[in-house]
Amino acid sequence: MLVSLRWLKDYVDIDLSPQELADRLTMAGLEVDAIRDVRPDFKDIVVARILDIRPHPNADKLSLCNITTGDQTFPVVCGAQNIRAGDVVPLAKVGASLPGGYTIKSTRIRGEQSEGMLCSEEEMGIGPDASGIMILSKNLFLGEDLVSALDLQDTVFDVGVTPNRSDCFSIIGIAREVAAVTGKKIRYPKIRFEEAAEDIRGVTSVDIIHPDLCPRYAARVIKGVRTGPSPQWMRIRLDAVGLRPISNVVDVTNFVMMEFGQPLHAFDFRYLEEGRIVVRGAHDQEEFVSLDGKSRRLRADTLMICDGVKPVAIAGIMGGLNSEIQDDTETVLLESAYFNPASIRKTAKALGMSTDAAFRFERGIDPEGVLRALDRAAQLIVETAGGKVCRNRIDNYPRQISSSKDIPLRVSRAKKVLGVAVRAGEIKKVLKSLEMSVEESGRDFRVTPPTFRVDISREIDLIEEIARLRGYGNIPESIPPIPVQTDVKDRKKILEERVKAFFNGCGFSEAINYSFTTPASADVLGFQRDDERRRFVRIVNPLTDDQSVMRTTLLYGLLQTMKTNVNNGCFDLKYFEKGKTFIADTEEGVLPREQEKISALITGARYDNLWHSKGLQSDFYDLKGCVENLFRALNIASVSFMSAMDVTCLHPGRACRIYAGDREAGVLGEVHPDVLERMDLKRRAVVFEIDFDILAGQFSDDASTRDIQKFPSSSRDVAFLIDRDVEAEKILNLARSEKEELLEKIEIFDVYIGKSIPENMKSIALRFTYRSAGRTLTDEEVGRVHGRIVERIAGVTGARIRGEQD
Amino acid sequence: MREDLEKLRQCAEEELKAAKTRDGFLAIRTKYLGRKGLLTSLLRKLGDASPGDRPVLGKLTNQIKEELSEKIEEALGCLASSGKDEALLVERIDVTLPGRGLKYGKLHPITRISREICDVFSSLGFSIAEGPEVELDYYNFEALNIPRDHPARDMQDTLYVSDNIVLRTHTSPVQVRVMEKMKPPVRVVSPGKVYRRDSDVSHTPMFHQVEGLLVDRGVSFGDLKGVLTYFVHQVFGASTALRFRPSFFPFTEPSAEVDIQCVMCGGSGCRVCGQSGWLEILGSGMVDPEVFKAVGYDSEEFTGFAFGLGVERIAMLKYGISDIRLFFENDQRFLEQF
Repeated sequence: MLVSLRWLKDYVDIDLSPQELADRLTMAGLEVDAIRDVRPDFKDIVVARILDIRPHPNADKLSLCNITTGDQTFPVVCGAQNIRAGDVVPLAKVGASLPGGYTIKSTRIRGEQSEGMLCSEEEMGIGPDASGIMILSKNLFLGEDLVSALDLQDTVFDVGVTPNRSDCFSIIGIAREVAAVTGKKIRYPKIRFEEAAEDIRGVTSVDIIHPDLCPRYAARVIKGVRTGPSPQWMRIRLDAVGLRPISNVVDVTNFVMMEFGQPLHAFDFRYLEEGRIVVRGAHDQEEFVSLDGKSRRLRADTLMICDGVKPVAIAGIMGGLNSEIQDDTETVLLESAYFNPASIRKTAKALGMSTDAAFRFERGIDPEGVLRALDRAAQLIVETAGGKVCRNRIDNYPRQISSSKDIPLRVSRAKKVLGVAVRAGEIKKVLKSLEMSVEESGRDFRVTPPTFRVDISREIDLIEEIARLRGYGNIPESIPPIPVQTDVKDRKKILEERVKAFFNGCGFSEAINYSFTTPASADVLGFQRDDERRRFVRIVNPLTDDQSVMRTTLLYGLLQTMKTNVNNGCFDLKYFEKGKTFIADTEEGVLPREQEKISALITGARYDNLWHSKGLQSDFYDLKGCVENLFRALNIASVSFMSAMDVTCLHPGRACRIYAGDREAGVLGEVHPDVLERMDLKRRAVVFEIDFDILAGQFSDDASTRDIQKFPSSSRDVAFLIDRDVEAEKILNLARSEKEELLEKIEIFDVYIGKSIPENMKSIALRFTYRSAGRTLTDEEVGRVHGRIVERIAGVTGARIRGEQD
Repeated sequence: MREDLEKLRQCAEEELKAAKTRDGFLAIRTKYLGRKGLLTSLLRKLGDASPGDRPVLGKLTNQIKEELSEKIEEALGCLASSGKDEALLVERIDVTLPGRGLKYGKLHPITRISREICDVFSSLGFSIAEGPEVELDYYNFEALNIPRDHPARDMQDTLYVSDNIVLRTHTSPVQVRVMEKMKPPVRVVSPGKVYRRDSDVSHTPMFHQVEGLLVDRGVSFGDLKGVLTYFVHQVFGASTALRFRPSFFPFTEPSAEVDIQCVMCGGSGCRVCGQSGWLEILGSGMVDPEVFKAVGYDSEEFTGFAFGLGVERIAMLKYGISDIRLFFENDQRFLEQF
């Protein structure tokens, strides 16, 4: 909220500098975000008096004046018609500058010397009046700078008022805080005006059909007003706080809203049919044109201010065009009401109208400030627009608006919460400075806050006020006792740290992508119709369509990461991401299934295309190696990879499923060329996605050891010529299937396709290592076992032995 | 004969000095010490000397023989090892070429900072708790004393999934879930992703928070100040000035914002701190009795404090990052720098 220092000073004395004041307010919870100096955009204009005035000898429409600034006299040629000798006027002296960068020079106009210029409000940029020279009060000191003479300089604070402090959305509200923090006294404006003989009850009436939504409605009628511009003091105050001056009656309602925080509305009484006010709900689909000129269809639960026939305002939000104050308005009905905060908020949201009035009503205004604001506005209307206020006011107050009374406050509780003892006398002093009534009750207090402090209803609210005004800085710091902690990090956190370190070590950097994505990602990745990853959690009010659903896989994000980097000219990438995926529940209103996943992508050169590995591209086996190593690092022994041609979004010939024990843990493979094409990616990439919870469930830090083997091993190499489609895993499984006791390990040391190998065949070379725990094996023993194994492989797979070596 | 011996020693030493090669040294050895060598011949003539001189001359001869022999061996040894060195130099490689390893990958800066924050609180006995990112309105708002149709909801622009489900706007709902499950004392921090409907240079619709909660008997606002001061000093350095400023959060009372002295200008005022010299980094406060009521804690018996901070903001300050969107573009050129 913008707060004018000049306006503030109408209610409280301030002897701090603007910066000091801002600091004090900030440390009391009213954060000053910015301080701005406001002064008119002119220089060197002074107060001057017209000594004499005579016609210009060579021009009909000009006159020659002698102008005095008290100690000097200047001849000035002027074209305005509204000036007379003796008038006090603003003189822009030679060298003065006017808005728009215009500088006054000594000049001759039609043969006559002119040493300056008399100015209108509009020329100086301080008001709308361009009809003639601005006539100043005769009480001003001649020669005084106009800025100080008219008090045109101001400091405006931008105060961030928190939503609980509805009382501070007004200048007086801020002034109260200033008074409390500086120990000054607040001066409320004196409200005094004469009432006419005619009683309002003979003129109009107010009926409230929905007292729950409008518990209080007060009105006054002012007759015989003359609308026109407001006085300058009011205009500059409204201007300073960002409200555009319109005309006296309307400006008064805005002024009082800013002054007291009570929104008001003025109706042109002649347009109120049957001359009365009815507060009721709208008819469903009723059409209404508000002051902003927009036509709206209303819902039946919208609270409306109506006359005897039709709506004339959306209650608490905006008036209607049909009853707006006009240039020829004579009789004004002034409304000051209290509306139910939640209802106003709901309506304002539904209509998309966030007005100053709605803003204040929905935060809760002072229910007992309704009449004061009404009378203050009536007074100011009379002062600025003339007219007579009808006798009495209507105060229709069908429902008591609850306000807090006698809140118990224990001195001991304050100490317990704040950690420091505050003396009872100080507590009392602080609360009284906030206009609270404080009654002693034994060693404790019963406190009644002023009705404008709608945020205070509990003991803790009072304790906060004590802490706030004494200053948080005055509460000493302490450290609570620290217990010995046994479960600071759970398994999952430990695993997460380890997995991330593992991938860093493998050369992968961590990516973090948005959790939301585009629904089109399902089609780009080619999910089947019935794939559960199409069950998106949809955001009702997304910022963009690209961010309108929660991701069901991390892969799309990593592919986008690839794309971003490729577009930046970075082609050699290794990324991993750990994060959640979200599958919507089939039932409405139930939270989705959130799964933690770990995923990675590799593309481009294996070693950044360095001198020692020129052109070496990373491939499936690089990433598979990482995954194998990951499981090794986590002591998950039972991992297996099963080729799969049907993994969505992966290359059918280069993809597999990863199993940890008998649970499917994830998938690994080259990205399907169709997916790459749909994402406009020209380079191959290999990815995996693994269920993090499965890792968490199976990883282990336990180890058990065997004795290191004492007897030498013996190995045999054999190369099979075999169908290209037979997977290595099958040969290994066959070798292991009989659980030969002496077989220690099998390594695949060569796979060859090419010259001298028939088409559709491959050569696969294996090294079998045999060992016994109890003795050195003889050649015959090894030969027997090895022979059995090789025979079984050849027999089952039809492999031919291409070469054999001991 | 003594003169002959001295002369021979002199000659031999001169020749040794002049010799450069292995053959040269071997020749000198043969010439003087060989079976037919000069020294050996002289030794044979020892019999010609007077019996009184004999022991002295014999000793001198042996001394010269030992001296020469030692010097020649030494010279030969030197020659041998320098030959090996030459051979190894042929195998010399350029050790300044880059090594053959995988370039170490980098942790995301958000992970780094988030861990740093959690570690400080771990050292104070806080454990880590996590919760769902798609959350019930109840946990995200209502249990935290933010009823429907309350202006406090405007403080956070929310992304909705349905009427009763939202993308969590803070990690505070985790605190409620934790308190529902356990009795005090509670000491938890909850790091994680949060979502708000906001996007510009300083806001992304997804960002990270770490929130903390301590509930026990006798926890006071002084404890809040002590713990958060310790935290700031751990993360930003022990000389960082900070201040606690009254503020408002629906779920805490009294509430405080924590400002630190601007890390860019040291408090003199700059663009980063909006000339104020202070940077807002933490929201905090004593847990509101309404929140305790929602989870069934007795607020007469227990008090507690909660706090929350934005990880991106801390990372931006610590690493001098000016655009928050960089965190989620995953640009290699950005991530490599950490």
